[in-house]
Amino acid sequence: MSLDMSSGMSIKRDGVDTRHGAILYLDDVTVSFDGFRALNKLTLDISVGELRCIIGPNGAGKTTMMDVITGKTRPTTGSAFFGQTFDLAKMTEYEIAHAGIGRKFQRPTVFEQHTVFENLELAMKMDKRVRPTLFARLSSEQEDRIAAILRLIRLNGEEDRVAGLLSHGQKQWLEIGMLLMQEPQLILLDEPVAGMSDAETARTAELLNELRGKHSIMVVEHDMGFVAEIAQQGKVTVLHEGSVLAEGRMDDVQADDRVIEVYLGR
Amino acid sequence: MNRSTSLFSRRAWVVLAACTLVAALLPVLHLAFPDGHPLHVSGYMLGLVGKFMCYALAALALDLVWGYTGILSLGHGLFFALGAYAHGMYLMRAIGRDGSYGSVLPDFMVFLDWKDYPWYWAFTDHFWYCMLLVVLVPGLVAFVFGWFAFRSRIKGVYFSIITQALTYAAMLLFFRNDTGFGGNNGFTDFKRILGHSITDPGTRTTLYLATLALLVGALLLCRWIVRSKLGRVLQGVRDAESRLMFIGYDPLAFKLFVWTLSAVLCAIAGALYVPQVGIINPSEMSPANSIEMVVWVAIGGRGTLVGPIVGAFAVNGLKSWFTAAFPDLWLFALGLLFILVTLFMRQGILGVLPAIKRVLPRRRPAVATTEETV
Repeated sequence: MSLDMSSGMSIKRDGVDTRHGAILYLDDVTVSFDGFRALNKLTLDISVGELRCIIGPNGAGKTTMMDVITGKTRPTTGSAFFGQTFDLAKMTEYEIAHAGIGRKFQRPTVFEQHTVFENLELAMKMDKRVRPTLFARLSSEQEDRIAAILRLIRLNGEEDRVAGLLSHGQKQWLEIGMLLMQEPQLILLDEPVAGMSDAETARTAELLNELRGKHSIMVVEHDMGFVAEIAQQGKVTVLHEGSVLAEGRMDDVQADDRVIEVYLGR
Repeated sequence: MNRSTSLFSRRAWVVLAACTLVAALLPVLHLAFPDGHPLHVSGYMLGLVGKFMCYALAALALDLVWGYTGILSLGHGLFFALGAYAHGMYLMRAIGRDGSYGSVLPDFMVFLDWKDYPWYWAFTDHFWYCMLLVVLVPGLVAFVFGWFAFRSRIKGVYFSIITQALTYAAMLLFFRNDTGFGGNNGFTDFKRILGHSITDPGTRTTLYLATLALLVGALLLCRWIVRSKLGRVLQGVRDAESRLMFIGYDPLAFKLFVWTLSAVLCAIAGALYVPQVGIINPSEMSPANSIEMVVWVAIGGRGTLVGPIVGAFAVNGLKSWFTAAFPDLWLFALGLLFILVTLFMRQGILGVLPAIKRVLPRRRPAVATTEETV
């Protein structure tokens, strides 16, 4: 599939200062809920253009980490930075979204009463304050962008369908499409293939491979086959009890004794 | 793709125009034909329809927040009453020295032995100043209340309960004589508005037509809003608020906008109500009144704008008949109606229309419309 999105899909650096090569820094982040440490001195950074897979057993802190990055949860101690300048701990969810971080939830979350087209339109990068939204009109370039994303997520022809009627896999893709409409620099995907059929999983892997290099992507996933397919030679991070247990190429991580003990060998 | 720019389909425009025309014709029939003529519309009937239109406007306002944004307010009666009181202040001043005590002060202030108007009655002898109050006071109350409630991310049933408490607290405040709004009697015995006698058929007709114009205008405004991108954001607040936040919208701003707008529309309904009904007292703020508004919306069909208008007319029409025929049974009938609609007519009266269309196989025989399968 060829994509002609000349400027839209290249790695954008506007607003985000990535001079040091990293788009996301988590430094010594701890999140405690009533004494329970969901994250425990977690330190992690993601480079520009990297596709990073995060694996770990249930309760390892993967979702909490995403919550910290997207402003849903505040770190108890430690810092989270987007580029050099955006202090994520001080920003609201929608400010973080505007800065350029898009998040896909574990359960597909789309606007079920809206059509596929309207879902993408709502997500499109633009002034999202009240008054501009009231008077917003789609330009033909914007319609073209929506059409391009529709092709990419293989929902062209379905644009007038109500999103609630889509299959589980289609909803997941629609949600990814919505992220792309935001033109984010960093995409967070929480279990993008959970509940998908094998064909859908393969298709999603294909989709992520197409996005590789165009965005920085962080994927949290349980499905080891899927991780192996998309991680390729890139780094994989294993989380355990709120901190990094191991980091490296998939083969190395899978061979790591501690990883086998806590996760793979269960 | 059916993303047309017209507010309504052609058929809906025709129906809307026809309904507006019929409604506008009633006062003409009232004035043109003498009592006893078969085409005569009584003043009582005119007052009743005028009152229903005020209720319909309030229901429309409520639908904007409940039907589209998913914020269930059980306190919209407060905004309705505040609008009515703001207009009522002018109407009280316009009585002049024609009150029972012949004082420039309203009777209730004479009765309390007050010598002068309290400070917040300043300038209320000016009609347009009071019209400004109609919009600003309820708007400000709604804005401040909404800002705190939405900022604290109070949602769902908790929000509903707080709105209920708010209107209840306001009712208790307005019941006090010292508040300066006539205590439990409220405002009544109005004589004139802008120099015209309030009972004069010409005045009543003007009020009626103003109500009709504002109701239709509000319907068009609301329809334009819900069909805009902002309308889709509001529905996003209702259906998946967290998704909306993570794609970069600030739900607080959108909720505040629609909440304040809804309160102002409701207040305008109250302001139109008071000269036509001739009384406003704190019982309008009782929780039961606000709940009744919700019932109009639910019965008419929430999230349809037209439905709540139909619902307000249907329920209040039924109420007028019921309270005359079986006065003790009205609340039971209302409760039963609400239960039946909730159980069997989820989309309210308006939801029945597509069903009827399906039974009558006229046009587009085999269209399985998507709404029905949702």
